[in-house]
Amino acid sequence: MATTSDRPAIEVEGIVKHFGDVRALDGVDLVAPPGQVLGLLGPNGAGKTTLVRVLTTLLKADSGSARVLGLDVVHDAGALREQIGLAGQYAAVDENLTGLENLTMVGRLYGESRGQAKARGRELLERFDLVDASSKAAKTYSGGMRRRLDLAAALVARPPVLFLDEPTTGLDPRSRLSLWAMIEGLVAEGTTVLLTTQYLDEADRLADTIAVIDHGKLIAEGTPDQLKDRLGGERLEVRLDDGADTDAAVRALTAMSDEPPSCEDGLLKVSVRQRRGSIVEAVRRLSDVGVGVDDLALRRPTLDDVFLAFTGHAAEADNEDEEEAA
Amino acid sequence: MRRLVTDTLIIAERNVVRLKRAPELLIGFTVQPIMFVLLFAYVFGGAISTPGYSYIDYLIPGIIVQNIAFGGFATALGLNDDVRKGLIDRFRSLPMSRAAVLAGRTLSDVVTNTLSMTILLITGVIIGFTFQTTFLDALAGIGILLLFGYSFSWFLAFLGLLVSSPESVNSVGFIAVFPLTFLSSAFVPVASLPDGLQQFAEVNPFTIVVDSIRHLWLGGPNNNDVLGAVIWSLVIVGVFAPLAVGAYRRAAAR
Repeated sequence: MATTSDRPAIEVEGIVKHFGDVRALDGVDLVAPPGQVLGLLGPNGAGKTTLVRVLTTLLKADSGSARVLGLDVVHDAGALREQIGLAGQYAAVDENLTGLENLTMVGRLYGESRGQAKARGRELLERFDLVDASSKAAKTYSGGMRRRLDLAAALVARPPVLFLDEPTTGLDPRSRLSLWAMIEGLVAEGTTVLLTTQYLDEADRLADTIAVIDHGKLIAEGTPDQLKDRLGGERLEVRLDDGADTDAAVRALTAMSDEPPSCEDGLLKVSVRQRRGSIVEAVRRLSDVGVGVDDLALRRPTLDDVFLAFTGHAAEADNEDEEEAA
Repeated sequence: MRRLVTDTLIIAERNVVRLKRAPELLIGFTVQPIMFVLLFAYVFGGAISTPGYSYIDYLIPGIIVQNIAFGGFATALGLNDDVRKGLIDRFRSLPMSRAAVLAGRTLSDVVTNTLSMTILLITGVIIGFTFQTTFLDALAGIGILLLFGYSFSWFLAFLGLLVSSPESVNSVGFIAVFPLTFLSSAFVPVASLPDGLQQFAEVNPFTIVVDSIRHLWLGGPNNNDVLGAVIWSLVIVGVFAPLAVGAYRRAAAR
């Protein structure tokens, strides 16, 4: 199943796609090594889905080129479709068919015989915990069950490369966790996954590499740790008993950092030079000047911070927020 | 080519299986036509004079043609639904024949049209309809009905891909199909229509198809209607199949 060569599973070079006046993709370059999860992170309208549609042959780019397992998305589209699975933003299942009928239909459209397709469908229903619902129409399924069936449909032909476009959007926390575990299982078997998401925790948990995309452009790329490191090191966050002490606290802590501490909504943030001993030192300095502390914590930058730093706006901002930020 | 045939059959089978799960659709193909037959035969029929035919004999070919035209709504609504729910994306990401989604859809209408035609014929026979020609002629009539129904499904496939919601499929579809079926010889003799409507009804393909069935089932005059019905069917497929395929490409690229 897994590609054993060193050739990248997905290669994207200078892809541009316009919709009218909107540049949905503005020259994206991207490489995904085989057997890994590439997380495509970005707000709504960033161009994530457009890129997935280009890579799955649903949409032709205006310029640039892209290959999946060395197959060109335009010239080798037919052969490429044999190698990929797609689970989109909508659970693309036929609501009037049962779970088993859905999977059997997809299998037969891949060219399997009815018997083969049915056997594979049963196997997948078992794997995705849908056996009890296998002979019920999909319209009776919960949101989480539909997504699982959709993912199962994407896996019918055991594709070495899987595209998941916001697979957990709109799911309750328990369904998200179970879907994450299933995706991790696939990766463990060698599947290459390209995952789009607007959830940072999802990218943090699943992705080996993250590409941050905004306004159709790739704005940062790296492992989750690399991206966080690029924001600098550890950060001390202090909440004071009394907001009136803020100035005194800032003066007391300035010596611990290369940059002046920032204060937002009563939360004091200090980028510390070193982790070791910094909590003790901060408490000592604050008590020396008689400032009471309500809460104090040392934390690494999250992908939320990464997102904010690279895009200039918060992660799940809707369009109105984007306009305000712009 | 083999791929096109098998994939078309798989998609057609899917659409027919769906019918079992959506009984409200099945009612549209079965109960509703019977109601229309009874309505026209017993409520309006007495007031309509059809020289040369009993009204029930006159009515059955007309009402079957109308039903077959509306049978294509399953295609329009189904395709519209597939686009909105993202199923078209799934199909297009599979290594299947590109034309099979539309071809399978229209083919499954032949199944439902056969069903509703059978029900209407049985109802007709119960209330007094009789074939007055040979078995082969009657069979030829059935063939023309299914051919015309199939070709009209391509028009509705185009419509279903063109508009954005099932509500608009219904409203736009009714506006298009109602005048075509009522301003024809389906329910009243064309000669009884006022000037203007009469000329429209004479060239309306529905008149030609209905008259061809009356010729093949009841021994009415031919006036090249059988040939005309076949030509119209081919013209409708020839025009709307490419249009529907184009709309399918655009809809999927949204």
